[in-house]
Amino acid sequence: MAARPLRIVVAKAGLDGHDRGAKVIARALRDAGMEVIYTGLFQTPQQIVQTAIQEDADGIGLSILSGAHMTLFPEILRELRERGADDIVFFGGGTIPPDDAEELRRMGVRAIFTPGTPLKEIISFVERECGKRRELVG
Amino acid sequence: MAKMIDRPSGLAAQPTPEFEEQRAAWEAASRKGTPRSGPGAGAIDRTISDVPLKVCYGPEDVAHLDLARDLSWPGQYPYTRGIHPNGYRDRLWTMRQFAGFGTARQTNARYHFLLSQGQTGLSVAFDMPTLMGYDSDAPQARGEVGKCGVAIDSLADMEVLFDGIDMGAITTSMTINGPACIALAQYIAAAEKKGIPRAKLGGTIQADILKEYIAQKEWIFPPRPHMRIIVDMIAFCTEQMPKWNTISISGYHIREAGSTAAQELAFTLADGFAYVEACMAAGLDVDAFAPRLSFFFNAHIDFFEEIAKFRAARRIWARHMREKYGAKNPRSWQLRFHTQTAGCSATAQQPENNIVRVAYEALAAVLGGTQSLHTNSMDEVLALPTEKSVEIALRTQQVLAYETNVTNVVDPLGGSYYVEALTDELERQAESYFAQIAEYGGVIEAIEAGFFQREIAEASYRYQRSIEAKDRIIVGVNAFEKEEEKPEIELLKITDETEREQIEAVRVLRARRDANRVAATLERLKAACRDPKDNVMPHLIECVNAYCTEGEIVEAMVEVFGRYTERSVF
Repeated sequence: MAARPLRIVVAKAGLDGHDRGAKVIARALRDAGMEVIYTGLFQTPQQIVQTAIQEDADGIGLSILSGAHMTLFPEILRELRERGADDIVFFGGGTIPPDDAEELRRMGVRAIFTPGTPLKEIISFVERECGKRRELVG
Repeated sequence: MAKMIDRPSGLAAQPTPEFEEQRAAWEAASRKGTPRSGPGAGAIDRTISDVPLKVCYGPEDVAHLDLARDLSWPGQYPYTRGIHPNGYRDRLWTMRQFAGFGTARQTNARYHFLLSQGQTGLSVAFDMPTLMGYDSDAPQARGEVGKCGVAIDSLADMEVLFDGIDMGAITTSMTINGPACIALAQYIAAAEKKGIPRAKLGGTIQADILKEYIAQKEWIFPPRPHMRIIVDMIAFCTEQMPKWNTISISGYHIREAGSTAAQELAFTLADGFAYVEACMAAGLDVDAFAPRLSFFFNAHIDFFEEIAKFRAARRIWARHMREKYGAKNPRSWQLRFHTQTAGCSATAQQPENNIVRVAYEALAAVLGGTQSLHTNSMDEVLALPTEKSVEIALRTQQVLAYETNVTNVVDPLGGSYYVEALTDELERQAESYFAQIAEYGGVIEAIEAGFFQREIAEASYRYQRSIEAKDRIIVGVNAFEKEEEKPEIELLKITDETEREQIEAVRVLRARRDANRVAATLERLKAACRDPKDNVMPHLIECVNAYCTEGEIVEAMVEVFGRYTERSVF
C-alpha cells in the first residue's frame, strides 16, 4: 500500500489579511503531491494547532506580513508544546527581519522563509522535515 | 459648411510603396534573428501580465483607432491623454508619502518631519486592529498594535495625530476601509474642535470595501450593509464636504494580491461602476457625487504596460460615465488617481536595488498622468521604513519632478504605436472582464462566487511559476544573487511598549468619559443602522464626540449588520 501523502496546514493568524504568499505556498505544496489544508484568515494560535492535531498534519506553515510575528509564532510554539504536539514541523514566512528570524529559529521554529525564497526550496524542506516526522510518528 | 477633409480619421497615415518595401525588408531581417536564450528569455514576447507582444509596432497596429474617438487631446473627452489641458505644467502631482506607526504621538512627529521636508499632503497608515475595527486592548489586537501603522482607538488619538497641524491647509488621505465611516467622523470631529468647519476639509478616505472582499481582506460587515454605509458616506460628503474625495477606488491591493494589469484595471473600474450604480439607486444625482470619486492604482515594474493601463483607465471611465450612466458634468467623466509603486516588486535581497525599481515605477506613473504619488522606501519589504529611506523615496519624486523634464510635455507617449496598441488591448481585456462580471449578476455576486479571488490566485501562481522557471528575472532573487547576505541597512523597530502605552490610554479614556452619553449615542447609532432611510454619518459624529471607541462603535454596528466570513479558495 502506498504511503499516504504528507499533510500540511497552511495558516494565517491574527488580523493580517495578506494571503497571496500563503495561497501560492498552498498551491505549490499541493502541486508537489501533498495534502494541503488552508485555514483561511484571522485564525487564533489555538485554532491553528487544533486544526493541525485534528487533521493529523505533519507540518504547519504560518504566513505573517503584519509585523506580529514575534507574538504569534511563540504562541503557536507554546500551544504545540502544551498539547504534546511539538513533533509537528512548524515553519513560516513573511516580512520578517533577519534578526527576528534568527530569534524565532532559536525558539524552535524550524525554518523562516522570507520573500524571494524559491518554491522548490520550501517544497524540499517540507518533504525532508515532514517526511522525517512521518517516519518517527508512523 | 465645413469642408470635408480628405484624410482618414485613424491614427495611421496611408503607407506609401516605399514604406511597404522597408517593412518587407525589416520583416525578412527580423525573421533571421535568433532570440536570445538564458535567464529571462522565456518571457521576451509578453508583458509581465502575459499580454503577447510583437517585436515592433507600426501604423497597422493603430489603424483601427480613431483620433477623435480614442485619443483626443489632454483635458478633452475621453481623456486618454490626461485630464488637465497642460498636464504638469500648471500643477505637479502631489507628493504624498503614506506614513503611520506606533502611537498617534509618534506618527504626529513623523508628519511634522515630512511637512518640513516639502511634502504637500499627509497620508495616514493605520495599524491592523484599527483597520479591522478592534480597540488596542481587544484580544485580537495582541502583537499588532502600532505595527503596520498608527493605532487610533478614539477621537482622543485623532486629536493627538493632528496636533500642531493646520487641518484646513493640508489635505489628508486616510487608508481605511471597513471602519472608514468612523475614521471620517473622527477626522471631522478633530477638525471642528480646532474650529475648522467640515466644509473646509480636503482629502480622501479610501472607503473602498469591494476590493477588501476581492483582495485586501480587511472587512467587517457583509457586502450589502457595507455598501449601504458607503452610500451614506458619499451622500453625506456630497452635501456637507465639497472638498472631500469621498472614496478612493483601489486597484493597488488587487495588484499586490497578485493580479495582472488587466485584472487590476478591470476589477477596480468594475468596483467604481458598482458604487456609481449603488448611489444612483439610492436616488443621488450622478453629477452630484461622481466628480469626487477618485482612484488608486499600482505602478508595477512593466514600464509600458503600466503607462498603457493608466491611459486605458481614463478612457474606459470617461466612456462609461458619459455613455452608460448619463453623466453630463465633464468632471464626472474625468478619472483622477493616486499611484503607489509596487510593494510586491520590491525584494528583501539587496534592498538598495529597490530604490532603482521605485524610480522606474514612479516614472511610469508620471508618464501615465497620475495626480499624486507615493514612492515606496527601499526597506519596506523588511519592516516599516526608516526616516532615511523615506527621505530617499521622496527625493526620487523630486528628481523626477524637477530634473528630468518629463513634466514639460503632456502625455509624451501619446501616438506611440506600441503604447497606443497596448492601451487599446488593455481596454479590450477590461471590457471582456466587465462582461464576465455581468454574467454573475454584478460585483457583489461575483465576490460571493469567489470569481475575483480565483482569478487573482491563478494569476499570482502563474507569475510565481514563471519566476521559478527563470522565464522572468528578479535581480538579486533568481539571478545575480549574493551569497549569505544580511542587509546592512538599519530597520525601524516597534516595541511592545507601544502596545502597553496604547492599552493603558484606552483604559484611562473609558474610565474618564461620560458613560451615559456613550451608551445613548451608541443606541441612536444602532437605530440609524436599522433604518435604511437614515444616514449613519451624523450619528457616528455624535458617537466619536462622546469618545466612544472604535471597537465599541463597530460592535454596535455588528449587532445590526453582522460580521462577514470568507469561504477561502486557493
